[in-house]
Amino acid sequence: MEFAVSQILSGISLGGQYALIAIGYTMVYGILRLINFAHGDVFMIAGVLMVYMSASMPLYISIPAMIIFTVLLGFLIERAAYKPLRSAPRMSVMISAIGVSYLLQNLALYITGGQPKTYPRIPWISKTITIFGARTHVVTVVTPFLVIALVLILTLLIDKTKIGIAMRAVSKDFETSQLMGVKINTVISVTFIIGSFLAAVGSVLYFTNYPTVVPMSGAMPGLKAFVAAVFGGIGSIPGAVIGAFIIGICETLIKGTDYAIFSDAFTFALLIIILVVKPTGIFGEKTTDKV
Amino acid sequence: MKRIFALALAFLMIVCCFTACSGGAKANDEKVIRIGVFEPASGDSGAGGKKETLGVQYANSQVPTVDINGETYKVELVYADNGSDQAKAPAAAAELVGKNVAIVLGSYGSGVSIAASETFKNAGVAALGITCTNPNVTAGNDHYFRICFLDPFQGTVLANFATDKFGAKKAYCLGELGNEYDQGLISFFTEAFEAAGGKVIADSFPTNNSDFTSYINKAKSEGCDVFFCPVSIAYSTQIIAQAAAQKVDFPILGSDTLDDNMVLAAAKGTDVKLYVSTFYAEGGNAEFDAGIKEYINANADAKTTNGGDDTISAVTAMGYDAYFVALEAIKAAGSTSPEAIKAALPSVTYKGVSGDIAFDEIGDAKRDTAYIKTADTAAGAWAFETMQKAK
Repeated sequence: MEFAVSQILSGISLGGQYALIAIGYTMVYGILRLINFAHGDVFMIAGVLMVYMSASMPLYISIPAMIIFTVLLGFLIERAAYKPLRSAPRMSVMISAIGVSYLLQNLALYITGGQPKTYPRIPWISKTITIFGARTHVVTVVTPFLVIALVLILTLLIDKTKIGIAMRAVSKDFETSQLMGVKINTVISVTFIIGSFLAAVGSVLYFTNYPTVVPMSGAMPGLKAFVAAVFGGIGSIPGAVIGAFIIGICETLIKGTDYAIFSDAFTFALLIIILVVKPTGIFGEKTTDKV
Repeated sequence: MKRIFALALAFLMIVCCFTACSGGAKANDEKVIRIGVFEPASGDSGAGGKKETLGVQYANSQVPTVDINGETYKVELVYADNGSDQAKAPAAAAELVGKNVAIVLGSYGSGVSIAASETFKNAGVAALGITCTNPNVTAGNDHYFRICFLDPFQGTVLANFATDKFGAKKAYCLGELGNEYDQGLISFFTEAFEAAGGKVIADSFPTNNSDFTSYINKAKSEGCDVFFCPVSIAYSTQIIAQAAAQKVDFPILGSDTLDDNMVLAAAKGTDVKLYVSTFYAEGGNAEFDAGIKEYINANADAKTTNGGDDTISAVTAMGYDAYFVALEAIKAAGSTSPEAIKAALPSVTYKGVSGDIAFDEIGDAKRDTAYIKTADTAAGAWAFETMQKAK
């Protein structure tokens, strides 16, 4: 009982953290039709920033400052690496994204010197509590609620505000919305800002649970979040969130059984299955080919 | 115009390169012998590799020359980063061979050493492993040697320690999937532990995994008496932090990789019971301890490499010894040729800070005891536990 509860709890929390990263993937894909491979590394850089800033600043300054810097990083990446390639073939932008990913990893390697860094303890959310006999951090319980709240705000933003309408227009038809006077660069920048913001929040939650930051920290969560986004239907925000929770929970449950070594294989097998059976994912938009 | 400018720049660059090279050659009037340092400076084992290199650098700063047949040669250290990656290791090894090194030291991590072995063999260069403990490093070849104990020995020592100290009946083993070091140690531990009548549950986690709570809870729910995790530093800090959060009551046993101040920092202030087997415990040689601490504190880079404080890692002490073993071999060979050094190495004996070093017919150091250290979590320091012999 205690074992089952603790497995499910850590699964839900892991899923929530994947969800925050997956939204960044899915939104950028929805608008630019670009898989932003650097997104997982933005998440890692948020962790590294926090490690260094918390050493010299109190948490109430370092957390907002870390979020601002991460958002700025996401914005600058788009401006420097993707915007000049706006009219280039999609493949070029994707390769540029892979380049940015390696750049960030090696930058982190240079800064940390390859030493694993210990993430600062954030009071309250890193406290341990007991639920049905299972010990866990407060963050585990907070994560799903925070994710749901953020998703609701995001949905409101997309449905009700002017920028949200612009985003939907751009994702439907890039060129036409440009003709209609939508400032395409602003819309894309806002998308990257939201994605990076969520990645920064996700990194605080993730590293509070798993408090070691290494340059490769973003690779695996990033890849899994990407699988979650595809599983839920890339381009769909609720899809990404549900996909992330399913992957997070399944993965943790498998780790508790005798087939623990297959936990990652499961995630990627799921990706293959969904691509074969329903390529648009659970909530994917239906594509109608017009002749 | 633009094209001419670019051409001029490229030309300038090439000229610069040449002048740099020739300038370097002119300065090298004195006789130089090169020792290759084949260590990871990046990747999972980057932190450990750098600490091992630190020991070699310290030794080099103490004794920067070697006398060969009455002539004094300056010892130059040549570094190559194998990136903790078995795919990159042969290229890094080839880089060293290309720079005409007389002997190679390293690597931290058995997997990369095995991957590079063939390159050293073909070049006829002897390699001296410092802390690579997997038997396959030296088995079946005559060019790879090592100064540390082996995994079968280490696994047995830890299994004996688990039964002697805790009367353990059931052990949980966790290692990284596909990592020869982890899996090797687990199988030797299992062998010795089961021979003593114990039961072992073994699991593997995939590379870059960071959620260990599931494994820890599994060990807890299975009622294991000890938790054995011979994993690399980045994983072990995660395991210890998560075990502390789960308030485990079983002791955590680790191998030589866990003897690191990053691991100590993770254990500090928690109530985790951590025991590690290692090559050297601080306090073993007062002169060396004082010297290296002074070196670390005087050099900001060395301090960063050492994780920001002056706790001595066993791998640093081993790196220090390895350098002198290499010098002994060069002296015994009486030549700078890699072949002569390779031939002289098996008969070298040396009294190092980590104990007496002599080689057996396979090329392994003859060692019969390991240090067991425990983490004093209140003070954030290692405390000497016992000297354990294998049964």
